[in-house]
Amino acid sequence: MVVDGCRTPFCRSGTAFRDLGTYDLGRAAVAGLLHRTRIDPHVVDLLVMGTVIADPHTSNLGREVVLGSGLANSCPAHTVTVACVSSLQSALDCVRAIATGAAEVAIAAGAETLSDAPIRYRRSIRRRLIAAQRAKGLGGYLRLLAGLRLSDLLPEPLALAEFSTGEVMGENGERLAKRLGITREAQDAYAARSHYRAAEATANGLLTRQIVPMFAAPSFAPMRTDNGIRGDTGPEKLAALRPAFDRRFGTLTAGNSSYLTDGASAVLLASEKAAQNLGLEPLATVRSSSVAGLDPLEELLLGPAVTIPRALEAAGVGLADVGVVELHEAFAAQVLAVLGLLEDETFCRERLGLAEPMEPIETGRLNAWGGSLAVGHPFGATGGRLIATCCDRMRHENARFGLVAACASGAIGIAMVLERA
Amino acid sequence: MAMIRTEIRPDGIAVVTLDHPAKPVNTLSPALLEEFLESAAPLLEDERVRAIVLASAKKETFIAGADLEVLDGMSSAEEAEALSRQGNALLSRVASSRTPVVAAVHGAALGGGLEVALACHYILASDDPATVFAQAEVLVGLNPAGGGSQRLIERVGLIAGLPLLLTGRRVRARRALQIGLVDAITTPGGIVDTAARAAAMLADGRLQRRRRRRTLLDRVASTPPGRALVVRAARQQLARRTRGLYPAPPAILDCVETGLKHGIQAGLDRESEHFGRLAMSDESRALRWLFFAMKALSRPVTAAPSRPVTRLAVLGGGLMGSGIASVSLGVCPVVVRDISDDALAATARAVDSGLRKQVRSGAIRRIEHDRRFSRLNLTQEMDAVEGADLVVEAVFEDLELKRQLLVETEERVAAEAVLASNTSALPISAIAAGAKHPERVLGMHYFSPVPKMPLLEIIVTEQTAPWAAATAHAFGTAQGKTCITVKDRPGFYTTRILSPYLNEAVVLLQEGAGVLAVDDAMKDFGYPVGPLALIDEVGIDVGAHVAAELGRAFAARGLEGTDVLPRMLEAGLKGRKSGRGFYRYPEAGRRGRKRVNREVRTFLQAGPHRSMTEAEIQDRLVLLMVNEAAHCLGEGIVSSPRDGDVAAVLGLGFPPFRGGPFHHVDAIGAGTVVDRMKELADRHGRRFDPAPLLLELAVSGGRLRSG
Repeated sequence: MVVDGCRTPFCRSGTAFRDLGTYDLGRAAVAGLLHRTRIDPHVVDLLVMGTVIADPHTSNLGREVVLGSGLANSCPAHTVTVACVSSLQSALDCVRAIATGAAEVAIAAGAETLSDAPIRYRRSIRRRLIAAQRAKGLGGYLRLLAGLRLSDLLPEPLALAEFSTGEVMGENGERLAKRLGITREAQDAYAARSHYRAAEATANGLLTRQIVPMFAAPSFAPMRTDNGIRGDTGPEKLAALRPAFDRRFGTLTAGNSSYLTDGASAVLLASEKAAQNLGLEPLATVRSSSVAGLDPLEELLLGPAVTIPRALEAAGVGLADVGVVELHEAFAAQVLAVLGLLEDETFCRERLGLAEPMEPIETGRLNAWGGSLAVGHPFGATGGRLIATCCDRMRHENARFGLVAACASGAIGIAMVLERA
Repeated sequence: MAMIRTEIRPDGIAVVTLDHPAKPVNTLSPALLEEFLESAAPLLEDERVRAIVLASAKKETFIAGADLEVLDGMSSAEEAEALSRQGNALLSRVASSRTPVVAAVHGAALGGGLEVALACHYILASDDPATVFAQAEVLVGLNPAGGGSQRLIERVGLIAGLPLLLTGRRVRARRALQIGLVDAITTPGGIVDTAARAAAMLADGRLQRRRRRRTLLDRVASTPPGRALVVRAARQQLARRTRGLYPAPPAILDCVETGLKHGIQAGLDRESEHFGRLAMSDESRALRWLFFAMKALSRPVTAAPSRPVTRLAVLGGGLMGSGIASVSLGVCPVVVRDISDDALAATARAVDSGLRKQVRSGAIRRIEHDRRFSRLNLTQEMDAVEGADLVVEAVFEDLELKRQLLVETEERVAAEAVLASNTSALPISAIAAGAKHPERVLGMHYFSPVPKMPLLEIIVTEQTAPWAAATAHAFGTAQGKTCITVKDRPGFYTTRILSPYLNEAVVLLQEGAGVLAVDDAMKDFGYPVGPLALIDEVGIDVGAHVAAELGRAFAARGLEGTDVLPRMLEAGLKGRKSGRGFYRYPEAGRRGRKRVNREVRTFLQAGPHRSMTEAEIQDRLVLLMVNEAAHCLGEGIVSSPRDGDVAAVLGLGFPPFRGGPFHHVDAIGAGTVVDRMKELADRHGRRFDPAPLLLELAVSGGRLRSG
């Protein structure tokens, strides 16, 4: 059962959170979750942390966050990395642990910062540094310099491209947009709507509940809202931007792609019995889930198109019955692609083995409070945000079922069907 | 019952373990000395023994110092001197023994405990927050009488050593290693075995005591002229700081100098001489008494059950609120609620800075800083107080605001939650009027700065339930405060006895005394801060407000406040917070000392400058404070002279070596006090009329305090 979910404000990388690491962000989200639910920290017996860019200080960020946020030393934790769906995977790990009785109360967390990154030395330097530990005497050290070129001293370029295909994600988005004929105008319109909805939701206080105010060093001035939302972004403004991934013929721009963001999220899950014993009022149950792997070249961003039908079938729920849909917006093109394919007869028949296409997801149901394009996308934390938003929306809109889905680098997709408690 | 266990291991290493059977800590006493001579000292000459390890079986203490109760039982300086000589003789035997002795120190090594370690040939300390060293005798008016003044200087040098001897400050393991106080640090687990390994290596000559790195200053200070300079500078600084009021520090300096000039035995002899004298001194008696009183107050004072506090809410994130949060984060999660984001950010900064200081000093580990900061919830939402077991309100001194907050709080917390106000002068009953459950409303009056000031004044009304008072007491103790409980009357206790004292200081100015003359006179009496500087610190706005309130309440006794403070306030002089008050303060960020503010003259309508003797100034101010304390005791506002003394010393800076206002009355004699006050009443007014309790005592010849 999902008891509660929250997140730190999401901030554009290089701005308000640029001095924080994933440890600090993760701690803040988990501490915020403990404060708002007022549970005794000792009852949490598992934490799973989703994060993508490795923290230079520790390989098990989840465990460090347990130790630094006031959870008990006895709470085990592990860290998962599945690109943009990492904290959805965290949630699934927690659900399965609870289902098998390995845990009664668990926290699915996610954290990411793109303001800092582990910048590495090149292999020729690394090899020499490691050998230096065994070097003996001045001669030994000097021998290590043999064959070193000046260019070896440059840092290794950051790995933003898909390892398997060599394509940067935006380039793959272009590939997808061209293949499916998704126009620039459609993408810009979608992006503008996401920003508009996020700004409205913020102004109306709908997002207040899920955000944990951050008091971060060094100024400790409180951050209570996301700082990347541009409510005044109209399609005309977006139309002026140049394509980012294919300069000559492309349609994906910085405006209709998600931006680098820092932030963290945390979701509290518990077994029904534990929730009862602790006097907690859960928001939802996880009715079903689906995890799929797809083709990295032509289907990198289409995970939801495969996992949504599967999750719905596993839950025994039709898409028409789902009142709230929260779909991760990596690119406007990706969202439109997924929506289009779900309604496409050929795709549904040949790829999904369905007799008929899925019902359309009207704009009213989809990302009504804005999405990743506007709010921001800290890779590891987005899954938690989707779950929290879905639960809040189900309550606000009085919906019985909610659907959460996201795609990820590596051509993975996860979808979850939630039922209001 | 044996306090010492000895064991000779097969490899020839003897382990001597101190373990008092009845107390949670080890202390030094004549009985322990005797037992040591009988069971452990012979090992020094035993041929089977290659080396000795000295350790404690207690969880967080090596040796906590000498058993002070033993001193209280002595009736002559000779007795105390003899005890010191005996101890010195034994420790000298240890220090000069051919058999190496290793001290395995885990936990606190204080006073005599540190001296025992210093007499050993090698000190191994555990790297643990509980391990702390202090030559703390000076804090109870004594001098180290077991070789501390000799061996500590020998180990760490004059520059590092003198401050430790003269202030009794605590040093943690890492710093102790840095300055050369200990030879090595290790993990606490298995420290006895590690020490045994070190002992064996010492016996084989494979290990030497660590030579500390000596800086240039150290080297200069160890030459005779350099030494003389350092000692002279220390003597001057001491005179300035203690104003000659504390006899122990100069005695300690004398022991150090004697030892350096004439050798260690001369120094040890001097230690014993001074110790005998100081043990019988009034100052030391008063300080030792305070030490025991504070310990007694840390235990629950009633049988009433206290409720556990698993969540604290603080309303108001100002200076007091953030201080209260800081000292509570080690106990439970804390919610701080304030309507201003600036205040919340300032609270976050203050808490973080306090935690980082603790990490730097080694009091907590870095991960504990992270944990404690995570326990802090800063919010503008009043709903966040739900689930709190204790709510402390620390907002402005505005009755309506406090009442309103009480109402809003009651709507959100359980009936068993304790609601406390940090007010310094508003009646708790007025704040609690209209409460649905007044039995859980009380006052918790903290002192600023909260992390440093040890006193917590708990104020109970007629309606306050014992369990609520017990809960406040237990929580205050968990925060590290010494708690006293007083009744809800105007000014409670501390504010009430402080007010006439401060008011009189201003009256003296009006009679022509100088600002510095008044402040210096009181510092010469032993107060750490002069009364006028104190008014500036507290704030002239606060001072004026309190004086008006209490003046009204006690007008019948002639205690109306002067109108000087309100007029200064009108002119914008608020004290330190506005940069000007009785003194002018350097601007924020600039260095410099405060200077007397000449403007003050204009508010005084004073006659020509009149010089008063220090005695006159001291009498008028101190007797008013003491008299008011007697009123409070007579009216049952404070429940015992012990409580009244501890509160005045810890909360108001009453000179600790004088023991407190009641101890002071006993020292001078109630008769003398009454006579002097009647004289002052004739000359200056009714406010000097002696309290009924003092009049009774003057007649009966009794004392306020037993002991």
